[in-house]
Amino acid sequence: MEMPISTIAFLVENKPGVLFNVTNLFRRRGFNIESITVGPLENPELARMTVSVKADAKIINQIVEQLDKMVDVIKVKRLDPIRTVMREMVLIKLNTIDPMSREEALRCVNEYHGLILNIEPDSIVVEVTGEPSTIDEFIRKVQPLGVIELSRTGVTALEKGHLKL
Amino acid sequence: MVYMTGAEAFIKSLEKEKVDIIFGLSGGAILPICDAFNDSDIRFVLARHEQGAAHMADGYARASGRIGVCLATSGPGATNLVTGIATANIDSSPVVAFTGQVPRDMIGRDAFQEVDIIGVSASITKYNIQVRRPKEIPRAVKAAFHISNTGRKGSVLVDIPKDVQTLSEELDFPEKVSFKGYRFFEEPDPRELDWAATLLARAQKPMIMAGGGVIASNASSELLKLAEFMMAPVATTLMGKGAIPSDHPLYAGGCGMHGTCEANSLIGEADVLLVVGARFSDRTTGSIQEFSTNSKIIHIDIDRSEIDKNVETVTRVVGDAKLALNGILKRLEKVRRTGSPESPWLKRMKEFREQYAMSESKDNPHFKAPSVVKTLRKFLPRNAIVTTEVGQCQMWAALYFDTYAPRTFLTSGGLGTMGWGFPAAIGAKAARPDVTVVDIAGDGSFGMTENSLATSVEEDLPVIVLILNNRMLGMVAQWQRLFYGRRYIAAKLGKTPDFVKLAEAYGAVGFQPGNTVELEKAIKEAVDSEVTTVIDVPIDPEENVFPMVPPGRGLKDFLVEA
Ligand SMILES: Cc1ncc(C[n+]2csc(CCOP(=O)(O)OP(=O)(O)O)c2C)c(N)n1
Repeated sequence: MEMPISTIAFLVENKPGVLFNVTNLFRRRGFNIESITVGPLENPELARMTVSVKADAKIINQIVEQLDKMVDVIKVKRLDPIRTVMREMVLIKLNTIDPMSREEALRCVNEYHGLILNIEPDSIVVEVTGEPSTIDEFIRKVQPLGVIELSRTGVTALEKGHLKL
Repeated sequence: MVYMTGAEAFIKSLEKEKVDIIFGLSGGAILPICDAFNDSDIRFVLARHEQGAAHMADGYARASGRIGVCLATSGPGATNLVTGIATANIDSSPVVAFTGQVPRDMIGRDAFQEVDIIGVSASITKYNIQVRRPKEIPRAVKAAFHISNTGRKGSVLVDIPKDVQTLSEELDFPEKVSFKGYRFFEEPDPRELDWAATLLARAQKPMIMAGGGVIASNASSELLKLAEFMMAPVATTLMGKGAIPSDHPLYAGGCGMHGTCEANSLIGEADVLLVVGARFSDRTTGSIQEFSTNSKIIHIDIDRSEIDKNVETVTRVVGDAKLALNGILKRLEKVRRTGSPESPWLKRMKEFREQYAMSESKDNPHFKAPSVVKTLRKFLPRNAIVTTEVGQCQMWAALYFDTYAPRTFLTSGGLGTMGWGFPAAIGAKAARPDVTVVDIAGDGSFGMTENSLATSVEEDLPVIVLILNNRMLGMVAQWQRLFYGRRYIAAKLGKTPDFVKLAEAYGAVGFQPGNTVELEKAIKEAVDSEVTTVIDVPIDPEENVFPMVPPGRGLKDFLVEA
């Protein structure tokens, strides 16, 4: 059975070693982290981290408790997908030597509300932002046109309404 | 603000925490701190191996409830601590370890004796931290002591680069430290107490399983009160031994793989099982699917992440065991009458006890381990502290050594670390110099840390080591007999060493009794002399420890013979 993806948000001390300690717990259970994003908050002593991982929900709940125990983890919460907005960005470099595929590429970028960041005679770099599944879809669409390379940021997420970590 | 070196700040910080003894071994990267001990009243007990130092600190902590402190140099000194820190942490024992580190500008360059001990120890400590300047030392020490000994206790490591020890700086000593992310839950939620009490009020066959948390929170008297009020049998996990006196009529014995038949049978029949300060280790529960299937389980633990980790419970109480037991008793007193000693449930307990009364086997031609342990008990003061090594010796001690008070039966439960018992005994002696301390050992385990004889003799921390000497890695041999068709491999230890001579080589006393009278005499002499003594008791190499629940089976499936 395909495991569902869980998204976990953390408020942590912004200092060396915290990321190591957090990821170490997932490693111990043999979980591959699908994506991880980190950035400082308004108060630079704190950072917010978002981890996506494929795993059994029961085990995730337990890991969340163990993460919560860590001294450098201030808050941690498994986000309810229905009550959460999630975003990811991809930068993707497409081969555009063939004018036909170039046209098709531009059409796709348009359809996904992407931005063109760089144009060369034989390639373009574009940015697309959306739900992780939308990004997957976009990549599938442009794949046949010739992807030179791509880089995904990983998921960042906020809960809807007044909920707060 | 005062101007001082990091090393001076370190010593002052320890003094502020009222540390009067540390266990350690020096080396290049910790020399400035070692030197500063010259100007302090703190006693520096020199271990002969850092693993021993960590176990001594651990034994000190478990015997006293105070924090045990150990210290080592960088690199190999630090890695030698690893087993000790891990052993303390898994058994929730408050140990703080300090390690020297190479100077800051050498870190990450594979300098001489550099090991990334912060990385290494991350998953075997409750918390660790490397200080980067002298003024961080007072706060780091304070934090280490605070975190180690609050909530669910554990080990903390502080890594101190050598140049940070020698540099001077204006610094001050905080009275308190706080961390945004460090919370622990001592005060139980009243609603959780209500639910627990409601379940217990209706119980016809209530049973209590007491773990190490009862001892850590000094909750023995609360445990007894509740058990006596409900007339509920009490089983202990290995870590909980001592939470209730072994001669208490409600004590059913230890539970788990080498628990008593009585305790393991009762757990299977109970209708409500109150588990206090225990974490449902696989050695305690046997097959999880078959664990206490007739009961509703209530789990009290100070560590919220333990709830539902291994066993699903009906009700939980997150909080300190003492407060929780007290809260439950208060509520029960309002809704339930005291239990009766004539209840069918206690009759059942008596039936089990009679059915499985362990028959005394005669000591012929070898000593039988259970009777050696019972003889030891007979000649020790009631308040004596016993530590154990690991293997059959540990299980014989758990099954047959009666314990009358908390903190008098100390054993490595979670890790099962061979070599733990002897240095831990030395640490316990340092904490309780007035009390007789005995390590119940196997010959294999004792070999792992026998060099602690030097510390015991030189530092005048006399303890008794009673070796149940089967010339075997006995527990390994038992499994090979029972589960591997008697195919012994790497289990026989041969005829060496001569433990009497070994003891004498270190300036200790050695005995090798040949019969029970000589054994009794040796124990008496050792207790009276207050001299480090090794008593080498030859036992049958083929003897098994029973009862035993085979691995993977339910607690009801205990074997009482091969
Ligand atoms: C450090 C360590 N290594 C290996 C083991 C695995 N082990 C468990 S019991 C045992 C044999 C112990 O032999 P001994 O100390 O002579 O005690 P006995 O079982 O004979 O009483 C071994 C090797 C362990 N628990 N700890």
